[in-house]
Amino acid sequence: MALIAIVALPAFAALLCWLGPFRKLGWHITVISQCVEFGLAVFIASQVIAKTRVAGAAGWFEADGLSALTLVIVTFVCALAAIYAGGYMSHSSEGKLWRFYAMYNLLSFALVAVPSQAGPNLAWVAMELVTLFSVLLVGFENTPGALEAAWKFSVLTIMGAPIALFGFLILFWAWHSAGHTQRDTWDVLQAAAPAMSPTFLRLSFLLVFIGFGAKTGFAPMHTWLPDAHSEAPTPVCAVLSGVKTSVPLYVILRFLGIVLASPSARMGEWMVAIGLISVAIGAFLLLQVHDYKRMFAYSTVEHMGIILTAAGLASRASDFGAVFQLLNHAITKSLCFYIAGIVLLAMGTREIKSVKGLLRSSPFVGGVLLFCALAIAGAPPFPIFLSEFSILSAGMRAGHVVAVSVLAALIVVAFVGIMLQVNGMAFGRPDLPEVHVAVPQACRIAVLVGAVPVAIFGIYIPGPVHSLLMLAAQQLGGR
Amino acid sequence: MPVGESLNALCAGLILICAFAIVGTRQVQGVRRFFVFQSILLAAACFLLAWDEHIADLWWLGGITLTAKVILIPWVMKRTLAPEFYIRRELSQTINIPSSLLLALLLAVGSELLVAPITSASGNPVIETNVPIGLACLLIGAYSLAARREAIPQLLGILSMENGAFLAGIAIAPTLPLIAELAIAVDVVLIAVIVGLLTKTIEKTMGTTEAAALSELKEETAEWR
Repeated sequence: MALIAIVALPAFAALLCWLGPFRKLGWHITVISQCVEFGLAVFIASQVIAKTRVAGAAGWFEADGLSALTLVIVTFVCALAAIYAGGYMSHSSEGKLWRFYAMYNLLSFALVAVPSQAGPNLAWVAMELVTLFSVLLVGFENTPGALEAAWKFSVLTIMGAPIALFGFLILFWAWHSAGHTQRDTWDVLQAAAPAMSPTFLRLSFLLVFIGFGAKTGFAPMHTWLPDAHSEAPTPVCAVLSGVKTSVPLYVILRFLGIVLASPSARMGEWMVAIGLISVAIGAFLLLQVHDYKRMFAYSTVEHMGIILTAAGLASRASDFGAVFQLLNHAITKSLCFYIAGIVLLAMGTREIKSVKGLLRSSPFVGGVLLFCALAIAGAPPFPIFLSEFSILSAGMRAGHVVAVSVLAALIVVAFVGIMLQVNGMAFGRPDLPEVHVAVPQACRIAVLVGAVPVAIFGIYIPGPVHSLLMLAAQQLGGR
Repeated sequence: MPVGESLNALCAGLILICAFAIVGTRQVQGVRRFFVFQSILLAAACFLLAWDEHIADLWWLGGITLTAKVILIPWVMKRTLAPEFYIRRELSQTINIPSSLLLALLLAVGSELLVAPITSASGNPVIETNVPIGLACLLIGAYSLAARREAIPQLLGILSMENGAFLAGIAIAPTLPLIAELAIAVDVVLIAVIVGLLTKTIEKTMGTTEAAALSELKEETAEWR
């Protein structure tokens, strides 16, 4: 039941936001529905930990470790970004706010719909809805920059849809040619993969990877990502960068799990190579970026590449690193965008050079910015350090010395890139000492709550989170 | 060759010709017309297969295709977009039309070579025709997206890619749950609505729908490229 409720609730909230009498209450409706969503996701996750599998409607809505983890990540970021929006949006645009909240709820509906599907067929549809609703939100501010970003975003990512559809159809074909007639859910597909034709599986995975890889932002199809993730309103940036990239990646990981289950369809090495290219492009772009929102967007390209590389290494330990990285990236990156939005509200510019000495003008903002930069760059004792370290050591133990050394070098480059940029923003003497940084209350709450898991998970992973991660890692098909 | 199969091959061939026509046409109106032709042919292929192989779902799928792509999408585009989108002029292309057609031809040959090993193993003539042609339509659509510099033909390019995927789909996955087919159709209409609305807003704010004019946002790559 919880699985159906989690999908239905945001759609209902979107309807409420659209109905005339409730339009003024858009923010309250959104915050309540998103917090309930997070509660439902935690409930589903606890059931999954107890029973490894939960069915809302057997064959249609089912959740296992990986989907429960994705649901928790998505709803956590969506709930905090909704709270944050109350402070941010009231400053940046008047009127038409109900439209923003209606679309926001629709986006969150589509985002939770993808991982709650039992099988691939409707997951494709839900993924398309994610893209379409994000297009609306990226262009929400109607400035030339936002519209251009929305256009590039829509052309590149919607083009991925038919390509991925072809891949889904070929998987269905492979499933039926192997003589199966029951409903194709992720787990039966994975179990049946060794008996399916490896050529089919490879072709299907390749098409899905191209189609959804464009939506995830893997190089060389990443060009829309920095535009969209910097031009959209900041709460939307947090959702886009934190989880909208992870959801297509979730589908790719599902397909990768199926391909890896078939020993003759070797795909892992390719994923390592493509992942490393994304990490490299993200890392080197970080060195020369001029806009701090784009900086966090490039860092998303880098992290998506790291997760793909880890999944491609295909061992039990690297799979754990991959899902842990998925979780850490979502919680840390959304926090980065919250603070970036606060800096933007206070300074009115997105240029890195124009922001100086934040620690002096506002210890809170400067401190959180430094905290975020260290966390996202992967300094110890933050969770991203832990997950990156576990990926590197798992790769080393599996004997992928070259890949691991390249990955380690690129992570260092990205670290230097981020710290160089943020250094000037946080330290030094402010140009305008009298600048007063007012932080809206809702934004402050979102930042403080969002910082809690980032601060804790690097030192201590609570038992339930650990068992959820272990369950999720099993679905990735490493051995 | 049985009648059903030869008629299916005829439909598939005409669908491929429509894909070429979409790349080769100079007018927006023409691109739209060929897209509608292609969708009608797709529905016809659906009905043919439903009748020939007695698959009830495909009757529905054909009906869904007709409603969504032949009736709803052109109607939606007419409603959201101002008439001057259509009457206006020739389209600019980055690559001229003869070379585009040549490239499209290469894509068609390439997709045949790519999937031939898989399809010939199935021994089903419908699969052997529809999968390579579907893949060719998909790739040609993607190419037209890259070559066209304007919003509406780009949108129609995406939709014709979808047609290609469907043509292969009716052959290889005729038993896909109907709910999924219906949801996909709704999705395609939504793509038309949302991209149409976006185009309209861009036109209003910037006075053009040429994608080339949208180049304010740049990557910081000058130093190392």
